[in-house]
Amino acid sequence: MKKVFELDADYQPESFEFTKANQKVVKELIARYPGGKQQSAVMPLLDLAQHQVAADGAKANPPYGGWIPRAAMDHIAELLGMHPIKVYEVASFYSMYNTAPVGKYLIQVCGTTPCWLCGSDDVTKTCKDKLGIGMNETTEDGKFTLMEVECLGACVNAPMVQINDDYFEDLTHETMSELLECLSEDMKPKIGSQKGRKASMALSGPTTLEELAKKTGVA
Amino acid sequence: MLHDDDRIFTNIYGWEGADLKSAQKRGDWDNTKAIIKKGREWIIEEMKASGLRGRGGAGFPTGMKWSFMPKESDGRPHYLVVNADESEPGTCKDRDILRHEPHKLLEGCLIAGFAMGAHTAYIYVRGEYYNENSSMWKAIEEAYDKGMLGKNAAGSGWDFDVVMHRGAGAYICGEETALIESIEGKKGQPRNKPPFPAMAGLYSCPTTVNNVETIAVAPTILRRGGSWFSKIGLNEKNAGTKLFCISGHVNQPCNVEEAMGIPLRELIEKHCGGVRGGWDNLKAVIPGGSSTPMMPKSVCDTINMDFDSLREVGTGLGTAGVIVMDQSTDVIYAIARLSAFYMHESCGQCTPCREGTGWLWRVMMRMVQGNATIEEIDQLYEVTKEIEGHTICALGDAAAWPVQGLIKHFRDEMEERILEYRKRVA
Repeated sequence: MKKVFELDADYQPESFEFTKANQKVVKELIARYPGGKQQSAVMPLLDLAQHQVAADGAKANPPYGGWIPRAAMDHIAELLGMHPIKVYEVASFYSMYNTAPVGKYLIQVCGTTPCWLCGSDDVTKTCKDKLGIGMNETTEDGKFTLMEVECLGACVNAPMVQINDDYFEDLTHETMSELLECLSEDMKPKIGSQKGRKASMALSGPTTLEELAKKTGVA
Repeated sequence: MLHDDDRIFTNIYGWEGADLKSAQKRGDWDNTKAIIKKGREWIIEEMKASGLRGRGGAGFPTGMKWSFMPKESDGRPHYLVVNADESEPGTCKDRDILRHEPHKLLEGCLIAGFAMGAHTAYIYVRGEYYNENSSMWKAIEEAYDKGMLGKNAAGSGWDFDVVMHRGAGAYICGEETALIESIEGKKGQPRNKPPFPAMAGLYSCPTTVNNVETIAVAPTILRRGGSWFSKIGLNEKNAGTKLFCISGHVNQPCNVEEAMGIPLRELIEKHCGGVRGGWDNLKAVIPGGSSTPMMPKSVCDTINMDFDSLREVGTGLGTAGVIVMDQSTDVIYAIARLSAFYMHESCGQCTPCREGTGWLWRVMMRMVQGNATIEEIDQLYEVTKEIEGHTICALGDAAAWPVQGLIKHFRDEMEERILEYRKRVA
């Protein structure tokens, strides 16, 4: 999907400041990199800005999710001594930086082949039906945005979705529906496998390390 | 089958804690300084003797890669960069190391860093692995706290720092020079080589980029000896243990550590409960992540899962992300969906890739419908050959290979689809 990147749109706020607490984080992030290489901190700072907006948005009415206003990019450029265009380039290049407002819960369905083989189309359909929106759309109450994304690297737990920072794996029509219901009431669903399996181990139980499995109570 | 005593990643599924104490019980950080005291030459020679080949996809001998770093610093710092930008469709092994075996990776960073004269390692983790990144930070903080990292790391006399750097959703950053650009705070567009990173990489300093699994197995190899590792597997060029990720149409998809060169059928039947509907219901397998060409069942029947065996049949081990497809699969769409992936992930720098990946996807989607001519299959193949080898990095090749694999093994099905479509619209 082509990213929405409208620097002069009406929804762009006038200004952006990091919170007091985040200003401290900014200093720590810059200090991670060698002196004079502060440009390296541009990605962590963009991420920090997006998370700060998400924290504000979670409390707002109507709610919204994490995105990076132009004012934040300009502020970051100033902090790092970069030309603003260099920050825009980074923000528009990487798919995780939302450069336009999104819903409080950003549902990213993995649709790449391993997930597709295991039924990601059903997961997508469940989301569309339940939320009444199409791909790249946001529900009217500002709660959900639906997107298809490329491989999220949890292929043996396919199909899966990422919602904000968390992965939800081994999904079915039923568990995806439950997830959405849970989130619509702002409850925190359990992350990871929705079939209750341990990480990437076979659902039927371990096929290796039998003694250890017994000792740790897995088998 | 690999014996349990020879498994390196005993906590791959997270049965036990990922904390330092639990890791030490598993043998991590056990007298690390003794390994370091043996010196740089010894470490590199032992890694060469182990036969370890890079686990990120290309399979380059690790010991040799480490030896490319300048012996003496010319004043510039050296860097170790760990590639945890796991994004190759079908691959999810490094994720388990990050969240369940972080100390194997950290100890590996210290040893590898020492062996290449680096005092700093950057671990570049894909942005979507938010929780895995947090697990790593927790492990790093604990390691600093207990003196395993920082000044005189683990009592070795070597100062060593580790920094996590999160990506933000770009497959291309798995390419080592794009990854370096990304750490430098730029768009992840690959650089021309030479200069190679060992001469001028991160911040124009000597840099080695290694995959997570490659670094994480190093401490165990050095503790148990290169010859131990080299005796596991098919032969000395295809040696050791390997994490396999088996996804798709198997009864029990999972990650598992096995011996290099295990027969594919054994891998699937022993660990994954077999192919859905039985072995005869198998249609094709992509053996090493989306970039590697698919194999039809006839090849799958007897193939061993290692670098050279797979290369001989025109594909590759890649990342060992095994994607299994049964008879119900529309293989044309399966590959078309990968074409969509490469189109989305092309960084846009080289014309054959930027334009070619989109073209491949559009033609592949017509092939899915059958809305094409038979000659277009040849044209499609020719265009993949125009992309392959004509770009700065291997993303162009990676986009071309799956389509080539499809045409090689399932041309009949593509032709049939075209003829059916014609009948339908006539």
